[in-house]
Amino acid sequence: MWTAMFGSVEVGLIYAIMALGVYLSFRILDFPDLTVDGSFVTGASVAAVMIVGGANPFAASAAALLAGFAAGTLTGLLHTKGKINPLLSGILMMIALYSINLRIMGKSNVPLLQQETVITKITAAWQQTGFDAVLNQLLSFTGFAPRTWAILCSMAVLTLVVKGVLDWLMKTEVGIALRAAGDNKPMVASFSANTDWLIVFGLGLSNALVAFSGALIAQYGGFSDVNMGVGMIVIGLASVIIGEALFGAHSVVRATWAVIGGAIVYRLILALALRVEFLETGDVKLITALIVISALIVPNVWAAQKEKRRKKRKAQQLERGEPVAGAKTNYKSI
Amino acid sequence: MLELKRITKVFNEGTADEKIALRGIDLTLSPGDFVTVIGSNGAGKSTLMNIIAGRLSPDTGEVWINGRNVTTLKEHVRARYIGRVFQDPMAGTAPHMTIEENLVLAYNRTKRRTLRLGVTRQKREWFRETLQSLHLGLENRLTAKVGLLSGGERQALSLLMATFTKPDVLLLDEHTAALDPARAELVTELTKQIVAQHNLTTLMVTHNMEQAIRLGNRLIMMDGGQVIFSAEGKEKEELTVERLLEEFQRIRGSQFASDRAVLSS
Repeated sequence: MWTAMFGSVEVGLIYAIMALGVYLSFRILDFPDLTVDGSFVTGASVAAVMIVGGANPFAASAAALLAGFAAGTLTGLLHTKGKINPLLSGILMMIALYSINLRIMGKSNVPLLQQETVITKITAAWQQTGFDAVLNQLLSFTGFAPRTWAILCSMAVLTLVVKGVLDWLMKTEVGIALRAAGDNKPMVASFSANTDWLIVFGLGLSNALVAFSGALIAQYGGFSDVNMGVGMIVIGLASVIIGEALFGAHSVVRATWAVIGGAIVYRLILALALRVEFLETGDVKLITALIVISALIVPNVWAAQKEKRRKKRKAQQLERGEPVAGAKTNYKSI
Repeated sequence: MLELKRITKVFNEGTADEKIALRGIDLTLSPGDFVTVIGSNGAGKSTLMNIIAGRLSPDTGEVWINGRNVTTLKEHVRARYIGRVFQDPMAGTAPHMTIEENLVLAYNRTKRRTLRLGVTRQKREWFRETLQSLHLGLENRLTAKVGLLSGGERQALSLLMATFTKPDVLLLDEHTAALDPARAELVTELTKQIVAQHNLTTLMVTHNMEQAIRLGNRLIMMDGGQVIFSAEGKEKEELTVERLLEEFQRIRGSQFASDRAVLSS
């Protein structure tokens, strides 16, 4: 049980990077980008092929990031220069990438089991430090000791770095223009920002994160498979939506926390659901759909009930003859 | 400052819906000119605005700003010289971003956007001072989302965003039309103040004849894609709504069709 939960958090942290990419396109740019299903595998494939070819796994992961960036910019160009509708641009790029991914790998599956990966390297370096013993000692009262803390800790740091960079980027002058392009596109041009390039750049960045996450998942799981990206956009959306429902999304900094939290919570729910005897691994997609549906509906129901209670309270206050509200303004309101 | 040379524009040419929007518009604004444009619906006022801003390109003719031919420049490139406020209060601001972030976006209109922090302490201080000139208390709400502001507040903010970087040309596209009378009055007053303060070359479209007469040093009336009447200086100062309506009837020989124009006079 605890081992499964521990694994879920590890995987959740890696998928959180993908979810941050989806957040960037879906929420910030307001662009429902389905490229994700393809670019996730592109990242995994590029990294896997390079690692098998003897490249440094860190360099391979960086190359995966660049490949994802390229894929995203192509989707952006299809939309901005080709004037193709956002959904269709993403779908076209997604199916094109399926073939491209097969070409990159040369076959449908590249195993990485005997290879040096980012994961094995980090684990090896970590074990020199002896942190595992310290952490296990601290948690000895729980009676739970994982294989290693290396992956959890390193991926947590990595995800936080990605979050930090994204948060900072969204506060720069370019980032503000990028967010405005997703919020009120016609207005951005009247303030001399080139919306086309902002969208291309934003989608590039989004898919770079997705592909990077794909590269890490391939190394974590020990293989790259041409079908590993199927439904990835839904998992990304699930993370974004769960996160926003649970943790709020008032500002970018808050929303990126929420997305990371959402990615982990999604994995935990999935792991718990799969422990139910009746459910099988094949039910994962159905469970995902149900999770997203409830994350979308439950907050609305909650809000409606809260509003109902508030109105009821107001009515009672009026009956008792209390003042309705204490609105105070020092300025003329217009 | 702004020169329009024989601008023509036809929509849906060669179809049953063909509409000649502009028939050879010639117009020159000297630096500091404040020109109000009136005309019934379909007179070509909005098309003219969009052609100046670069959202539409003219079929023939040229647009010159500050001695530069900008006819072929894209909207976002041309925006370096132009400040614009739209009719819809929702159109000129980004609702899910804060007041200060909106101001940063506007601040960068004339500059290259970099990967440096957008809202710096210096800029925030400056924004606060600038916002004080609106007397709406927005300087205390820098981190509030713009979507929470009322229509009047948003339009006042849009006006500030379009002008505080001192554009070569300011375009006001019926920017008070969507507001109730009291708020329209306030935004009109702010417009007058800000244009005078920066001595901005301004072109303002309005349906409100009284407003068109009260503001600016020149007035032009458009109909059927042409400028049919213009007044400046003393002649403009002595204009009245009745005089304008008479003028229109004399030239066009028809009743001024727009109910809005009559109602809002």
